[in-house]
Amino acid sequence: MSTSVSSGGEPLAAPTAPAPASLDAAGGAAAAGPPPVPVLEARGLVKTFGHVIGLRGVDLTLNRGEVLGIIGDNGAGKSTLIKCLTGALQPDRGEILLEGRQVSFRSPLDSRQHGIETVYQTLAVSPALDIAANMFLGRERVSKGPLGLLFRKLDKRGMRAEARQQMARLGITTLQDMSQRVETLSGGQRQAVAVARAAAFGSKLIVLDEPTAALGVRESEQVLELIRELRRQQLPVILISHNMPHVFSVCDRVHIQRLGACAGVVSPATTSAEEAVAIMTGAKQLVAQ
Amino acid sequence: MSSLADHGGPIGAVSDGAATIEELGGSRRATPLDRVQRSLHAHPALGPFLVLACSSLIFYALNGRFLASENVSLMLQQVAVIAALGVGQTLIILTAGIDLSIGAAMILAQLFMAQLAANDHWAALPALLLGCVVGIGTGALNGTLVTRFRVPPFIATLGTLSILTSSGLLYSQGQTTQASQMPGLLNWTGNLVKIGPFNLINGVLVVFVLYLAVNYLLTQTRWGRHVYAVGDDLEAARLAGIRTRLVLFSVYAFAGLIVGIAAWVSIGYTGAASPNNAVDANLQSITAVVIGGTSLFGGRGGVFGTLFGALIVVVFTSGLTLANVNDLYQPIAEGVLVIAAVGVDQWIRRVKA
Ligand SMILES: Nc1ncnc2c1ncn2[C@@H]1O[C@H](COP(=O)(O)OP(=O)(O)OP(=O)(O)O)[C@@H](O)[C@H]1O
Ligand SMILES: [Mg+2]
Repeated sequence: MSTSVSSGGEPLAAPTAPAPASLDAAGGAAAAGPPPVPVLEARGLVKTFGHVIGLRGVDLTLNRGEVLGIIGDNGAGKSTLIKCLTGALQPDRGEILLEGRQVSFRSPLDSRQHGIETVYQTLAVSPALDIAANMFLGRERVSKGPLGLLFRKLDKRGMRAEARQQMARLGITTLQDMSQRVETLSGGQRQAVAVARAAAFGSKLIVLDEPTAALGVRESEQVLELIRELRRQQLPVILISHNMPHVFSVCDRVHIQRLGACAGVVSPATTSAEEAVAIMTGAKQLVAQ
Repeated sequence: MSSLADHGGPIGAVSDGAATIEELGGSRRATPLDRVQRSLHAHPALGPFLVLACSSLIFYALNGRFLASENVSLMLQQVAVIAALGVGQTLIILTAGIDLSIGAAMILAQLFMAQLAANDHWAALPALLLGCVVGIGTGALNGTLVTRFRVPPFIATLGTLSILTSSGLLYSQGQTTQASQMPGLLNWTGNLVKIGPFNLINGVLVVFVLYLAVNYLLTQTRWGRHVYAVGDDLEAARLAGIRTRLVLFSVYAFAGLIVGIAAWVSIGYTGAASPNNAVDANLQSITAVVIGGTSLFGGRGGVFGTLFGALIVVVFTSGLTLANVNDLYQPIAEGVLVIAAVGVDQWIRRVKA
């Protein structure tokens, strides 16, 4: 596992080279401007599954308007971490603060009602439902007419139209027919549905667990562009990815997860992808900041 | 299923041809068989409807009396109770569950209705409503076992099957109550009503309205969507922010209400409330759902398929009798249909993108 990641990291050094330059401005602004405002903070998160330790006391901070990358080898606890943050799992210990207030999400619905949208690694789409139904799953619109008032009739046409608009806004062109069932879509198209859903409804922050894993080059670039757009709108994003060029081109800071713990948080402006991979695999250690 | 089997030969040959083209490096094209698979996938009630239509035509060809209005009226009356229970069973099977106790629950509800009215001299409406509450209670019990105690539906309802069956016998002390002893409202479902050329009972109309209502709930409301989502992929539904436990519980409780309605229809149809009524109803309702194309794995199907499924069973019973075939062939036909339906479902599930 680790060799594939680091060997993947080396040839990628070239494309990442220009990235720090563009990020310097953002990094510099963050350093010189007003102090960062934390949107989401986690302290000392512990999560065990029987004898398996998923998280062994992890801290994480996400600031307003920032894209935080999370990298780490398979099984390092990335998904467990964001599941604890979004209510899909409940941490055994530790606390979570959303905009300074302590929260404990008992379900994904709980976190969603607090404005947190998540694309889970498993995508959480319902295969038998169509694209529009999946986009609006759990927050379906009822039609405005008398049937809606009296019999709670769904506004299927309205939701379909809005889903189509949302796809267009995100530049997703591979999905045309909003009444197509998700089980007939390719893996990448399903991922696009999940990302579009999160982008459409996230109001406080968006969590993306490997959103580009199944996407083609063009579609991946669209997701990265979407993340940049969210940052321009000051909406913070947590991005989990194994793709170092992606992480180092869009993220303001990168949280490195290793063996269930945080091995360090680095800035792409000052740390190269190779160094981050070395920390991730344990070849190098970061002195605590 | 016979219609599918008939087409199986020639279509199979075509797809074999396509396979060889593929081996030679040709591009993959949708064969007619693929198209059949895809349309069955998109419309789960289509297969059962075709089977119903074809078998009806065949039985009509064997004996012209099969489609005479008296026989159709009779079949519609015969199907009413199982079709009503089938609605509740469909909802539960859509969530990838199963209810083995649904018939026993109906008997218990109907015994309550009958005894309260006939022996305890309750007014008809309170007796009817209390019977429905008993039905909802049995559903809520199953729902609690499944959602709160995480007992697999098969086991939970196997347990409640025994409990409810014995409760019915204890409560009624094995006695049958005749409909003539009950107030008019309770056996209103058995009153004759003439619709066009057909002589039906009110219960048939009640069941028909039930189908329209539940079909609306399933296809046009938020709750219906969530039922499908929960049955399709429970964890995905939870992660997408659906209250999966609440949805599951509501399905069992609502099926309980349908049990109450089925009990009312059953009193009217049989003209009595007996603990030995409809003892096969548990399995017959499952048979109707499965033949009706609703997948035992959840998330796919609908109530109209179940209506066709229930009708298919009655059509075979009546048709084989009219064709002078030994009665014992009827259960054999039913068994073949069930197995074929599940086989077709497995095949449909492998549909390609
Ligand atoms: N539900 C579970 N039950 C038992 N163990 C689990 C469970 N979920 C995660 N784990 C364990 O926790 C550890 C962290 O898993 P996690 O899914 O968070 O890894 P990850 O960093 O997301 O990996 P990947 O890059 O493969 O997605 C692994 O050892 C895994 O086996
Ligand atoms: Mg993961």
